[in-house]
Amino acid sequence: MNFEFSKEQDILREQARAFLTQHCPTTAVRKILEGNDPFDKDLWKKVADLGWLATVIPEEYGGLGLSYYELAVIAEEIGRALAPIPFSSSVYLASELILSDGSPEQCRRWLPQLANGEVIGTLAFAENLGRPSPQNIQTVARDGKITGRKIAVTDGDVADFVIVLVQSEKGDGTSLYYVESKEFSQETVDSIDPTRSHATLEFHDACGELIGADGHGWEMINAVFDRAAILFAWEQVGGTESTLSQATEYAKSRYAFGRPIGSFQAIKYKLANMYIKHTLARSNCYYGTWTLAGDHADLPLAAATCRVSAIQAYYYATKENIQTHGGMGFTWEFDCQLYYRRAKFLSLNLGSEHWWQDRLITAHEQRNLVA
Amino acid sequence: MDFNDTPSDASFRKEVRDWLHQNVPTKNELTSLNEIQQGKLWQRRKFDAGWACIRWPAQYGGRDASAIEQVIWGQEESKYDLPVDIFDIGIGMAAPTLMHWGTDQQKQQYLPQLASGEHIWCQLFSEPIAGSDLAGIRSRAIQEGDVWVLNGQKIWTSGAHYSDFGIIVVRTDPTVPKHEGLTYFFIDMNSPGIDVKPIKQISGSSNFNEVFFRNVKIPDINRLGAVGQGWQVSITTLMNERAVLGTGGGGVAFKKLFELASQLMIENRPAIDDSQVRSALANWYCQESGLRYTGYRALTALSRGETPGPEHSISKLVGASKIQDMASFALDLLEMAGSLATSEQARYFDTFLNSPGYRVAGGTDEIMLNILAERVLGLPQEVRVDKGIPFSEVPTGS
Repeated sequence: MNFEFSKEQDILREQARAFLTQHCPTTAVRKILEGNDPFDKDLWKKVADLGWLATVIPEEYGGLGLSYYELAVIAEEIGRALAPIPFSSSVYLASELILSDGSPEQCRRWLPQLANGEVIGTLAFAENLGRPSPQNIQTVARDGKITGRKIAVTDGDVADFVIVLVQSEKGDGTSLYYVESKEFSQETVDSIDPTRSHATLEFHDACGELIGADGHGWEMINAVFDRAAILFAWEQVGGTESTLSQATEYAKSRYAFGRPIGSFQAIKYKLANMYIKHTLARSNCYYGTWTLAGDHADLPLAAATCRVSAIQAYYYATKENIQTHGGMGFTWEFDCQLYYRRAKFLSLNLGSEHWWQDRLITAHEQRNLVA
Repeated sequence: MDFNDTPSDASFRKEVRDWLHQNVPTKNELTSLNEIQQGKLWQRRKFDAGWACIRWPAQYGGRDASAIEQVIWGQEESKYDLPVDIFDIGIGMAAPTLMHWGTDQQKQQYLPQLASGEHIWCQLFSEPIAGSDLAGIRSRAIQEGDVWVLNGQKIWTSGAHYSDFGIIVVRTDPTVPKHEGLTYFFIDMNSPGIDVKPIKQISGSSNFNEVFFRNVKIPDINRLGAVGQGWQVSITTLMNERAVLGTGGGGVAFKKLFELASQLMIENRPAIDDSQVRSALANWYCQESGLRYTGYRALTALSRGETPGPEHSISKLVGASKIQDMASFALDLLEMAGSLATSEQARYFDTFLNSPGYRVAGGTDEIMLNILAERVLGLPQEVRVDKGIPFSEVPTGS
């Protein structure tokens, strides 16, 4: 047994952090928040050149063929830097789905361009307010053509293709289709975290190509969600640590009643609790990453554990960071808002805390059935 | 990173399992013995076979095992319900302090008898006026040649009534600021002048005591560290205490609560189907799992020779509240029958009454949070009116 990242992985972490400190300071994040660009195209190009998008894609499909430990290291740094790029959509969702469920021929056609960043992909999933289920999906496939409407599609306005969840042709379940952006109309919508853009997509007899087993879309999505949950959790853990250090620095330098506010227990306890939640989430992520890298049977349970603890840690840290900053924390000018927005976006994007608490217990129930 | 056993881990685990399988005391062996006798029997059996305190050097009764082997041993031993608690203080706290601060002769003389379970140790730190403000100790020792004469009182001393030795911090110089006037000793609990009086707890039982000292003589050779260095020495003990306390389950773990929620009904459906129950259980699982892997990560650090740092306060801090809340929740699931001390689920009843103590013992929740904030995050200390002035001039309010 060994509970640490390897030396090489630690070196990658240092390099990634140094790169993002230079190329993705919060001023760059703020440019996306305040400007018209949907994402930081220069940063995307650079990240692609570094090979980050290609990390776990096998070499035969133009990737680097590295492990999920390396991707976890990068995910944490992306999260820490609040990188305003469609990384999670294209890497953890679109590439992962094709990798897990695409045919070898589809992998050969689509993965090389995802690996080098020429193409951005995402997932089109939700249709209504509230929790999606296989029953309330109304988008349909008819004669191989897709018709329907998808909302809250992260990076849906910049994606070159989406993978869409639809009711299957035979009506025996849900299916996944690969649809290129020229086949649907997209409208950018305001969202809680404008540094990750969102769109509503409309499909009218859009040409698509089936991915994976017809009628099993829901299962495939959920399997990919489990895997993505661990990588999202690393982004959340990175963001939480960054938030904690922001709060700590402020508490040391801001004076009230003649003392640094960080000398008051009311503030100390907040920050100590941030540290605790962060540490627990991080430790869960260690185990989760191991299940992901080895495709271990415990992955669904570990994924839900990572996700719930990371959602809670990031939310707590970002709200109490604003509180620690007082009125300044509530201003547009201070960066507290960037973390607060990102924390909520990441906690919604794969489904809420409550949903994942339920999945966690379900994973226990299923584990007991097997045992 | 690999949470699986390497081939050598696996063969070690098999060795441990086989030995435990053949040597764990049977119910019959234990029924006629009291808690102390049970503990001593098990500790002695481990010691004789080389399975006691496996991380320790062999010369002191251990087997020079690695940190990973310690994890494996712990995982396997904890699968059995064994009487190990009485050695928490001696083996978990006094021994690491001896190991770090003791002379060769002290180590040679006392560590093997700790490992074998021959001696049980207790911890004499807190006083009526020195709890969270531990350095405010007033028990006073005055040197007379090669002995120290001790007068004063300690309190909350678990196991003092059956311990052979105690680790103790006392004031040896009241004219210097409070942290500088302390000295650390270990004391023979059978010394003349020691009077142990049990304290009855919420639960009705009496695990801890008041201990009074009247002209008790402590040989100077029982000192750990220099005169006036008692605070630094006690930090070693406290760091290990928190690491020990953090690993205990206190009788309520996720698995048990999950089983309970699967058996009991809410509105004619298993309680586990209720979404509130699922959320609450999921949160506790996240904590339990997070603490487990935080512990593993810490062990990796310890295996490089680092001593437990303030970050180990997390396990005791999070674990204590978690146990209390889980016990309370379990009683809620039992509904009206949760009031009954005699129900088959009495473990939750007992834990409910005992768990408030976990949040106080070994440093209160509030002290733990201060430690994390100050020692780990580097936040400034609270304003301290007793700082820098002679201990004898510190206001006491009395």
